[in-house]
Amino acid sequence: MMSVPNMMSNPLSDYQAPNQVSFSPYEFNGGTILAVAGEDYALIATDTRLSQGFSIHSRDSPKTYPLSNGSVLGCCGFHGDVLTLTKVLGARLQIFEKEHNKPMPTPSVAAMLSTILYYRRFFPYYTHNIVAGLDEEGKGCVYSFDPVGSYEREVFRAKGSASAMLQPLLDNQIGGKNQQSYKVVPIPLKKCVSMVKDVFTSAAERDIYTGDNILISIITKDGVKSEQFPLRRD
Amino acid sequence: MFRNQYDNDVTVWSPQGRIHQLEYAMEAVKQGSACVGLKSKTHAILVALKRAPSELSAHQKKILPIDDHVAVSIAGLTADARLLCNFMRNECLNSRWGWNKPLPVSRLVSMIGSKSQIPTQRYGRRPFGVGLLVAGYDSQGPHIYQTCPSANYYDCKAMAIGARSQSARTYLEKHLDVFLDCSLDELVKHGLRALRDTLPTEVDLTQKNCSIGIAAKDTKFAILDDDAVAPYLALIEGEERSSRAPQEESAAPMEAEEEGGAQPEPVPADPQSVDDTMDQ
Amino acid sequence: MASSMSGPFGNSGPGPLWTGGPAPGQFYNFPGNASIPSNGAAQKTLSPVVMGTSVLAFQFNGGVVIAADMLGSYGSLARFRDCPRLFKVNDSTIIGAAGDYADFQYLTNIIQQHVIDEECLNDGFGYTPKSLHCWLTRVLYNRRSQFNPLWNTYIVVGVEDEKPFLGYVDKIGMAYEAPSLACGFGAYMALPIIRETMEKKPDMNQEEALALIDRCMKLLYYRDARSLNKYQVAVVTKDGVDLRGPIKSQPNWEIAHMIKKKNTGVRMNVVPYDQTVNRV
Repeated sequence: MMSVPNMMSNPLSDYQAPNQVSFSPYEFNGGTILAVAGEDYALIATDTRLSQGFSIHSRDSPKTYPLSNGSVLGCCGFHGDVLTLTKVLGARLQIFEKEHNKPMPTPSVAAMLSTILYYRRFFPYYTHNIVAGLDEEGKGCVYSFDPVGSYEREVFRAKGSASAMLQPLLDNQIGGKNQQSYKVVPIPLKKCVSMVKDVFTSAAERDIYTGDNILISIITKDGVKSEQFPLRRD
Repeated sequence: MFRNQYDNDVTVWSPQGRIHQLEYAMEAVKQGSACVGLKSKTHAILVALKRAPSELSAHQKKILPIDDHVAVSIAGLTADARLLCNFMRNECLNSRWGWNKPLPVSRLVSMIGSKSQIPTQRYGRRPFGVGLLVAGYDSQGPHIYQTCPSANYYDCKAMAIGARSQSARTYLEKHLDVFLDCSLDELVKHGLRALRDTLPTEVDLTQKNCSIGIAAKDTKFAILDDDAVAPYLALIEGEERSSRAPQEESAAPMEAEEEGGAQPEPVPADPQSVDDTMDQ
Repeated sequence: MASSMSGPFGNSGPGPLWTGGPAPGQFYNFPGNASIPSNGAAQKTLSPVVMGTSVLAFQFNGGVVIAADMLGSYGSLARFRDCPRLFKVNDSTIIGAAGDYADFQYLTNIIQQHVIDEECLNDGFGYTPKSLHCWLTRVLYNRRSQFNPLWNTYIVVGVEDEKPFLGYVDKIGMAYEAPSLACGFGAYMALPIIRETMEKKPDMNQEEALALIDRCMKLLYYRDARSLNKYQVAVVTKDGVDLRGPIKSQPNWEIAHMIKKKNTGVRMNVVPYDQTVNRV
């Protein structure tokens, strides 16, 4: 859409000068992702709404992308960059796989993604990323990234439009942050799944960019299993 | 040790209208160990004989994956094969990048054709010394293609290349009619029997020296090695080998000719090569 | 540079011929100096000139329908009234475009050439809706990354593997697939109606689909000042593409007539425009 000049400050602005159409290479398409590393599993969840401004483009556009090595990438922000980044990553993984005759380990995927992101440091991919999978010891691992490639391994992380609502809840429920005599233990899968449904339901209540459905992917040594859970659709 | 005066470069014709450098390159393919490719209505498979250059080394890989739907089996210079392989992988990735589609096998093979034609026509260049059997599955079904250093390529129902591959081809020709309706197991059995026919009597196919590649609809190209080939080998174990086809093809034709006696007249005639490699 | 535009048609015209560059006789001034505009993005970008507005598309039982009107607007001037904005790529694919008409023509020329090239290969492979959609995504994303976008939104529809396909790509390479798509004003006014109808009647037949298209196109003609009541519509089914048009929908302006009567009959107190806006 064309940008609309500010009519309030200057009501006739669009009559005084030719319509100046400015070009912005970015757009925010919403979406929230959330990942938790368990003892022998990793969980990554996403909503399935794709929006732009006050329009909903699609109600069935999950922002998690299964990678060929069995881990899952969560990627949201500007959807054009998301599409490109996931394609780049897919191609790089395939090259690795054919050259080395084995899938790339999840920690290496994270390291590679970091360099891919930093390569565009001065025209960044406007994407928030999480890689979830199992590490070489079979333990769940979650890596979170900023748009230009800084990354760290974490136990739980929310990214995207409702991250500011989800993260404090996770801090409290999984991290036991700032609670005296709270013993931090790895969260069992069942409890984790129900908690993820709860936090997303709450986020969908307040964030217009989060809604429609959640897609929860659970990565164990047996592969990736997915389940859907409905959110509000308005 | 010049064979004659017309073989110094690919840009030189012999008076008989042949390009000797190309024919020598075709000979290089025959020095590589044998590969067999064949297809049914549903599958395209490769069966290849792996060689270990010495007791101390591992067996050389013979089936190289290109993309999820295609792989090649190689005979000839492995290093040249690696270069072609990287080229093919690249083209396949480009197709997925730009069109979100696996590259049709026919287009992939025609790209190799165009690429390998260049060093067959330029001064100072050397043709690729490797022949490929390309097996793949695309939206038009399973395919087997053969490519040559001469930059020719052929769409095949079944084919064998490499050392003593004539015996395998004889087997394949004999059973050509049944391949199309074969099950996968049957197809692999035919492939293994054809490959076994290339072996000297004292050698047999083992888990170590044999690898199998399978292309099928909607599945990743599977390359089976070591333990994974054992069940297939068991299928043909103990079977009588086909009666040995006459070894009209010798491993090293150039030497064979020297054995034949005196060198032919130097000019202008150039000697007949042992077999008509260009029209293979 | 903005003030150079003032004339009998006001300032909503096409803009000066030469913008973003140096005054005649002077040199280019690359970033670092005053030419960087305040909104952050460098204005190397072309601005759209002749524009098309909405494109609508949705799937029905057994196919896809897509429609676009035929107006090419030059600013607020309804300049060209016979601009087809649907382009038949092959027997299973149609694209529709909104935005700059020249960019659309440029890209359709390229696509047409691609189609011809692929036809020449004669290997049975060609564009599919999915592959074309992917390719458009790459092209538009690359152009936006060079800050030189093709100022279009494309909607690709077709039938692939007997299933309907609808894909959306905009000028920055944002792309997705959905059962109903619209761009321009249609996204705000027609799409909610289409979505609601599809939810109520998930098994629409072709007649119902075309009736819905006509209703939406009429609605857009009433409300979107850059639209026209002359439109094209294409239906893609597994039997092929049926591109129809131009269709003239018959609008009913009776209500407008009444409004006019009221306005002229009881003259409302005319307040200067700039005074009215501040009382929200």
